[in-house]
Amino acid sequence: MSDYLAVTDDDLDVMLRAIGVASFDDLLDAIPEEIRMKGALDLPAGRTEQDVMRHLADLARRNTSCDDETSFLGGGMYDHYVPALVDAIVSRSEFLTPYTPYQPEISQGGLQVMFEYQTAICELTGLDISNASVYEGPSAVAAAAYMAWGQNHRPEYVVSEALHPHAKATLRTTAHGWGGRVVEVPLRDGVTSADDLAAAVGPGTGAVIVQQPNFLGAVEDLRSLSDAAHRAGAVMVASCDPIALSLLATPGECGVDIAVGEGQPLGNRLDFGGPSFGFLAATSAFTRRMPGRIAGQTTDADGRRGFVLTLQTREQHIRREKATSNICTAQALNALAGVLHLAWLGREGFVGLGELLARRTHYAREQLCAIPGVTPLHTRPVVREFAVELDGDVNAVIAHCQQAHGINPGHALAADFPGHPNGLLVAVTEQRTKADIDALVRAVRSALGATVGEVAV
Amino acid sequence: MPASTGNPMQDEAVVTIYERSRPGRAAYVAPPPDVPDVPLDDILPPALRRATPARLPQVSEPEIVRHYVRLSKRNFDLDSGFYPLGSCTMKHNPKLHERAAALPGHSRLHPLQNDTHTQGALELMFNLQHALAEVSGLPHVSLQPSAGSHGELAGVLLTRAYHEARGDAREIILTPDTAHGTNPATVTMAGYTVVNVGTAPDGGVDLDDLRAKISDRVACLMLTNPSTLGLFDSNITEIARVVHDAGATLYYDGANLNAVMGLCRPGDMGFDIVHFNLHKSFTQPHGGGGPGAGPIAVSDRIAPFLPVPVVARDQDGTFRLDHDRPQSIGRLRGFHGNYGVFVRSYAYICSLGAEGLRRASQVAVLNANYLKALMARPGIGEHLPVAYDRHCMHEFVLSGGPMKRNLGIRTLDLAKRMLDYGYHPPTVYFPQLVDESLLVEPTETETRETLEGFADAIAEILAEAAVDPDVARNAPYTTPVRRLDEAAAARNPVVRQPMD
Ligand SMILES: Cc1ncc(COP(=O)(O)O)c(C=O)c1O
Repeated sequence: MSDYLAVTDDDLDVMLRAIGVASFDDLLDAIPEEIRMKGALDLPAGRTEQDVMRHLADLARRNTSCDDETSFLGGGMYDHYVPALVDAIVSRSEFLTPYTPYQPEISQGGLQVMFEYQTAICELTGLDISNASVYEGPSAVAAAAYMAWGQNHRPEYVVSEALHPHAKATLRTTAHGWGGRVVEVPLRDGVTSADDLAAAVGPGTGAVIVQQPNFLGAVEDLRSLSDAAHRAGAVMVASCDPIALSLLATPGECGVDIAVGEGQPLGNRLDFGGPSFGFLAATSAFTRRMPGRIAGQTTDADGRRGFVLTLQTREQHIRREKATSNICTAQALNALAGVLHLAWLGREGFVGLGELLARRTHYAREQLCAIPGVTPLHTRPVVREFAVELDGDVNAVIAHCQQAHGINPGHALAADFPGHPNGLLVAVTEQRTKADIDALVRAVRSALGATVGEVAV
Repeated sequence: MPASTGNPMQDEAVVTIYERSRPGRAAYVAPPPDVPDVPLDDILPPALRRATPARLPQVSEPEIVRHYVRLSKRNFDLDSGFYPLGSCTMKHNPKLHERAAALPGHSRLHPLQNDTHTQGALELMFNLQHALAEVSGLPHVSLQPSAGSHGELAGVLLTRAYHEARGDAREIILTPDTAHGTNPATVTMAGYTVVNVGTAPDGGVDLDDLRAKISDRVACLMLTNPSTLGLFDSNITEIARVVHDAGATLYYDGANLNAVMGLCRPGDMGFDIVHFNLHKSFTQPHGGGGPGAGPIAVSDRIAPFLPVPVVARDQDGTFRLDHDRPQSIGRLRGFHGNYGVFVRSYAYICSLGAEGLRRASQVAVLNANYLKALMARPGIGEHLPVAYDRHCMHEFVLSGGPMKRNLGIRTLDLAKRMLDYGYHPPTVYFPQLVDESLLVEPTETETRETLEGFADAIAEILAEAAVDPDVARNAPYTTPVRRLDEAAAARNPVVRQPMD
C-alpha cells in the first residue's frame, strides 16, 4: 500500500511527547464517543503503485476512445490535436501543484499566464474584459445569466432552442435558485429567428442567450439577435465555440454584452467531459459584475512590472453574501493549456485552422447528403459541425458504423431534439482527413443499406 | 527599471508572449489541404465573418517553450517546498495519478460516447461514488459539481428542492461567522438570505445563538466540522438535533474532511449533504487555481433530487448513466463532471484503502498538533499565540495580534518574510474572527524535520523583527518581484495586454 507518509515510530514518540499526550487517540478527545467510527471503512485494502496502475489501465482498456475508432463526435467537445508542448508545460510541477496565487510575489508565472489568457480571450471575443476562467461551458452560461440578474433583476431568460441542451438544463437548475425561469425560442431552418426572438422578449427579460455556432452546427446571425435583445433592454449573451471565433464575426462586433463558452477545443483533452475550462468575457460595463479571478498588471516596491489578482472586491472572500459569484477554485491549469495552444497556432495558423475546418465540414456535409436517405437538417453555413436526418434508425446506423467500420459517425439528436428522431450531429476536426470523411460516407451508406434494406455500396 | 539587484530573476525584464510576437514567425504547420478548395465566401458569407483576425502572438515553438518554462520558474509550488496553506490541504500529489489519467482510454474518451463503450469509465465513477459514500456516511452521491463552491451550490439547491417538494417555503440559511466566503456567496446565488451564527468562546458554534436564530423560516445550516478554526465541535449531535427539529437541513462543507477520514463521518454526525473537495483531501493537484471537483453525498431524504446523470449498475453488472430521475434538480454543468479528476482521486483511494485513509487523517492531525506545540515555544508563543488552546484537528489558528503589538510587524509582514525563507505562508486573515490570523495546515505528507525547520524559520523572523521590524515590513527581497501594489492595480485596472 502506498500512503505517501513519512512518520516513523520514533517520530510518533517524539511528537506525542512534545504535544503532551500519551497516545494519538487523546488528540481526538473533542470527538464524542458515539460518533467515532468503530470499525473500518468498507473499502478494499490499499494496493501497491504497480497494482493500482494495472487496475486503472484495465479500466481504460474497457473504454472506446478516439484512439480506438475514427470519431466524428462533437456536441461541445472535440477531438482536436493537442500539441506536445501543451503536455510538457502543464505537467511541470510549477504550474501543476501551486494553489490559487494568494501570494503574488511567488506566483508571477501563474499570474502572468492568467493575464496572457485574458488577453487571448478578449482577442477571440472582441470584448473588453475576460476573467481567468470559470468551470466549463454550460455553467458559464449560468454564470452570465447571474451577471445579468445582478444588473437588471429581471427573472426571465430567453434562450435559443439550439443552445446546448446541457447549457439549457444548467441554466434552468441554477436560475431556479434566484427565482429565474427559462423560455425557449424555436428554430427556423436551423437558426434562431430574430422576429421570433423579438416577439418572445419583454420587460421581464433579463438576458437573451444563444449559441454560436448553434448546437446543430448552424452559424447564427448574432447581430440581428443582439438588436432584438437590446430593444427589450435585455443583456445579450452568446455561448461561442472558441475555434470558430477564428473566422466568425466576434461577439463584440455583433453587440453581444457577455460571451462565454466551453474552452476544451483549446488545448484540452476530452477526458470524458472534464476538466476543461469555461471562458467568460464582457464589455467594460460589466467589469464590476465579473465572476471569479482576474489578473491585473501593477508594479512592485522597486517599480518592476508584475501581476496580482485584482478587482477582488467582487469576490466571495471579501464580499461574502454580496459577491458577484461564489466561484473560488476555477480551471487555471486548463486555461494555461488553452493559451499554449493558441500561441502554438499563432495569428495566421488560427485562421488557417478555422478555414480548414470550414472546408472539411462543408465537404463532409455535401458528401454525406449525397447518399440516398441522408438529408441536411438545415442548409445554413456550418464551420465545424453539421446535422443531418437519416432515413433509418440512427442508433442502428451508429452501431453498424462502430462495429463494422470502426467509425463513430456522430451524436444521435433524438434525446434532446425529439422532432428529429433520426437526427445525427457530425463534427469534423483537423484530425479527420478527407480519407476519414470518405470512409464515414461509405460506412453510413452501408449502414443505411443494411438497416433499410438498400444495396450496400 | 531599478538597478541590478544581483538576482537574475529580478533583473529579467517581464515580457508577455504578445510582446515577443514578430510578423512571419509561427510554430504551427497546417496539414496540407485535401478537400476541394472551395472559396471561403461560398461557405461562409463575409457578413458573418470577423473583420480582423485575433491578434494572437506570432512566435516559434522554441520561444513558446522557453517563455513558459521561464514563467514557471517564477512560481512557488508544492513539489518544491512546504505549503501549509490552511483550509487548502496542500498534501503531496502522487505522480502515479498523472500517468494513469493520461492513458488514452481515459484522456481521449469522448463524453458523448455511448454507455456500452464507456464501461471502464462508468465503473470507475461508480466505485468512486461508493467510496465517497462510505467516507461520508451518506449513501447517495453525485460526482457532477466542478469544485467546492459548485458543490455548495448543488447542496443548497437540493435543500431548496427538498423544501419545495414538501410545499415548505423557507428563506434563511444560517452560516457560522467563521464560514468560508463561498458559503454566504452560495446562499445568495441560490436565492436565500444569510444569517450569521456566532462562535462560542471555545471555538464551537454558539448554541444559544443558534437556538435564538433557528426557526421554521430557516432552510439549512451550513457548517464544517472541524471548523475553519481547525476545531472539532463536540456539540455536533446537539446542533444537528436543533436544526432537524426545526425542519431544516444540515450541510457539511467538506473542505476540512482531511481531518476525519475513517475516524468519524458527517453522516453519523447528522449531516444531510456533504461536498468533497477532490483537490484537497483526495490529491487532485491544484493547478494554480483549478481544476478541482466537488462531488456531493446526501442522505435518503435528499437523494430523489440529486443532479442528473448519476452512474447506476444494472442487475447484469453493466453500468449506465441514469438520467431518469423525475424529481432531480437537473444539471449543474455539461456532461458528467471532471472525470480526469475522478481518475486521480480514485487512484488515491485504491492506493490507500480503508486503513490508509484513516492513517492519512491521523497523521494530518498528529502533524498539526505537533506544529502547534512547536509554535508554543518561547520566542514564538508570546508573539503568535494559538487562538484556541485545545487539541486541534488537521489545522490550527494563530493570532498575530500580540506580534503586532510587541514587535510592530503585522501578519502580512510575517507572511512576506517567510517567502524569503523558501516557505509558502499559511492562510492569512482568515478566519476573520481572529485578529491578524494565520491558519496553518501542515498536512500528513510532511516530515517532522520539515515542521521543525518551519518553526525555526518563524522564530528567526520574529527574533529579527525584535531587532529591526523594517526587515519584515519591507520583505520579500529574494522573490522574482517584491511587494506588489495591489491598490494601484484595482484603481486603474490593466487586465489585458494592450495592442498597437
Ligand atoms: C472551508 C472552505 N469551504 C469552501 C471552499 C471552496 O472550495 P473551492 O475552492 O473548491 O470552490 C474552500 C476553499 O478554499 C474552503 O477552504
